[in-house]
Amino acid sequence: MSATDVLSCEFENPVMPYLRQERLPHIWCPGCGIGTTVNCFTRALADSGMDLDKVAIVSGIGCTGRVAGYMNLDSFHTTHGRAIPFATGLKLANPELKVVVYSGDGDLSAIGGNHLIHAARRNMDLMVVCVNNFTYGMTGGQVAPTTPLGATQTTMPYGNFETPFNLPFLADACGAVYVARWTVYHVKQLAKAMLEGLKKKGFVFIEAMAPCPTLYSRRNRLGDGVDQLKYYKEKSKIVNGANTKDVGLSLFQGDIVVGKFVDRERPTWLDAMNEHFTQHFGEKFTPYGVSHAQD
Amino acid sequence: MHADPKGVLTGIHFIDGDHAACEGALAAGCRFAAGYPITPSTEVVERFAARIPLVGGMFIQLEDELASSIAIQGAAWAGKKVMTVTSGPGLSLMMEHIGLAAIAEVPSVWVDVQRGGPSTGLPTLPAQADMMQVKWGSHGDYEPIALSPNSPQECFDLMIKAFNLAETYRVPVFFMMDEVVGHMTERVVIPEASEIEVVERKWTAKKPGEYRPYETDASLVPEMVKAGDGYRIHITGLTHDERGYPALNPQAQDKLVKRLINKIRANADKLVDVREDGVEGADVVVVSFGITSRVAGAAVDAARAAGIKVGHLRLVITWPFPAQRIRQLAATVKAFVVPELNMGQMALEVERAAAGKAAVLTLPHAGGTVHEPAAILAKIKEAAQ
Ligand SMILES: Cc1ncc(C[n+]2csc(CCOP(=O)(O)OP(=O)(O)O)c2C)c(N)n1
Ligand code: SF4
Ligand SMILES: [Mg+2]
Repeated sequence: MSATDVLSCEFENPVMPYLRQERLPHIWCPGCGIGTTVNCFTRALADSGMDLDKVAIVSGIGCTGRVAGYMNLDSFHTTHGRAIPFATGLKLANPELKVVVYSGDGDLSAIGGNHLIHAARRNMDLMVVCVNNFTYGMTGGQVAPTTPLGATQTTMPYGNFETPFNLPFLADACGAVYVARWTVYHVKQLAKAMLEGLKKKGFVFIEAMAPCPTLYSRRNRLGDGVDQLKYYKEKSKIVNGANTKDVGLSLFQGDIVVGKFVDRERPTWLDAMNEHFTQHFGEKFTPYGVSHAQD
Repeated sequence: MHADPKGVLTGIHFIDGDHAACEGALAAGCRFAAGYPITPSTEVVERFAARIPLVGGMFIQLEDELASSIAIQGAAWAGKKVMTVTSGPGLSLMMEHIGLAAIAEVPSVWVDVQRGGPSTGLPTLPAQADMMQVKWGSHGDYEPIALSPNSPQECFDLMIKAFNLAETYRVPVFFMMDEVVGHMTERVVIPEASEIEVVERKWTAKKPGEYRPYETDASLVPEMVKAGDGYRIHITGLTHDERGYPALNPQAQDKLVKRLINKIRANADKLVDVREDGVEGADVVVVSFGITSRVAGAAVDAARAAGIKVGHLRLVITWPFPAQRIRQLAATVKAFVVPELNMGQMALEVERAAAGKAAVLTLPHAGGTVHEPAAILAKIKEAAQ
């Protein structure tokens, strides 16, 4: 934004141009952390200087799945768990687009877990933002693959006894080129990670821990959204480059390791395809699409 | 508009139905396909994977049919003509995304090379038992289009029609092959690109700001744009208004669902594609589709030789069902005979349309092979009495 833009919208929230204002107010509860992640995302978009006509957002289903509908971008609200394969089709059919997948922990790692691991393995050029609230918010607080041991959920009424996923480790092991975790207490770092994610070529996985005061916190007597932020503040330790094996969150209200864990290079699926076919077919093959510019 | 010559393999070929279907898709302009291997459909995508790099397009084998059936929808919103290919178990996995294609109005072709079911059933043997599944399988109300080719040549020709209908009506179009049609090898003539008519997507001429994704004219089919062109569209599987925004109330539901249904029902007459042979003045009419129509043809010839006035009506488009035509014939014929490789699916439609005016003799078959012509002949004789 130029200086004059800033002056002319002196009283306007800088987030507004990135949102579909005619769709506000949003559906999220007071104290919900999803909105904070969206705020970070709009900052990342603003700082990226990208042509927003070329950025598309794809969500699955859930409270987080509603993010696509509020963003003033080409936006797709798909089916539960399938945002990644939809985004894969969108990206491969028009490689000029930067495609962001924005969805919940249940959507991406339970019903959509298979797509997550394969897209990471293929190094599909997608940025995935996973809002982890440890629960299925939209359906009323059932156990998720992220729910810590001992936390109570409507379908784990006596406390969760299932071991949760360590999402950064999963994404790392499957081949993601960028893996980070931040909480909504770490707004600057989260926005920066999203900015880096937008600029990164390949499969990017950003876990954004966010409170669900209405369901997760209330059922577990953890207070409101602010109390969860206090927990994030007190128990988080920044360890950039941490071994993702060591960043699991299985303990109820346990320590949280945040940071940028993985940042590496690997050919994307499309680059590998183009290179392979060029070798195989020679001049007869016209490389498919144009790669997303890493300006 | 004519086909893009890059996708058209003009010439005379000796290929099976699966390969011909792939060539039909390429000729129709399909430039993005996604699939997951499953007998007896895999050859379609195998050929696509081999051909597409030099045609200029994309094939990706995904991790499952859920992924394939939604990746094509992402690709359609990026502007491509798209297809996915499967058989029974894969089709069952795709059900949720048929609904998404219906509600979001995503032009898409879904090839189902039918095999015996339920479940893993008979992977390598034919059936026609998914006919009702594609009509009703996804939850909620919607109106798909389905075509039933009966030869490799038709796998080519009708595939072009399938893509054209998908673009015209913005619905999921099902290409209902079966194991026999898929694997039978016959002569297939592929014409020059200039002789192949293809329907271009219904792109809008409106500018961003003026355009509303689900606003329609009398055709009831909205104009389309693609991601990346500055329209900043929102597309959702939720009930939505003309802007594409969620509208979760009975009024919006009524408006949207009725339009989705009516854009096909109002055009049902235009969509009728039946091949009739001697139905006028016939006492008995055999109604068949797909591979069964070829067996039935032999039985009809034999019945005529035996002096029975029998006609043959073949459904080329099975959905929407040509109810009006069956109703007309019901007033003049004694009986319909409906052989099909299932336990009685399209026969229900014939009964519904005949509405008691003519008898309907079903000839169900559990699949695994085709009918014996003699069995159909015997049914025709029974119907003629
Ligand atoms: C196929 C299918 N199964 C179940 C549902 C119901 N459902 C909607 S959202 C959701 C879970 C959402 O959890 P998460 O992805 O963590 O998102 P959150 O609401 O917590 O942001 C479920 C189970 C559905 N919409 N579709
Ligand atoms: S239920 Fe939880 S996740 Fe959903 S909007 Fe409310 S606070 Fe947020
Ligand atoms: Mg959740």
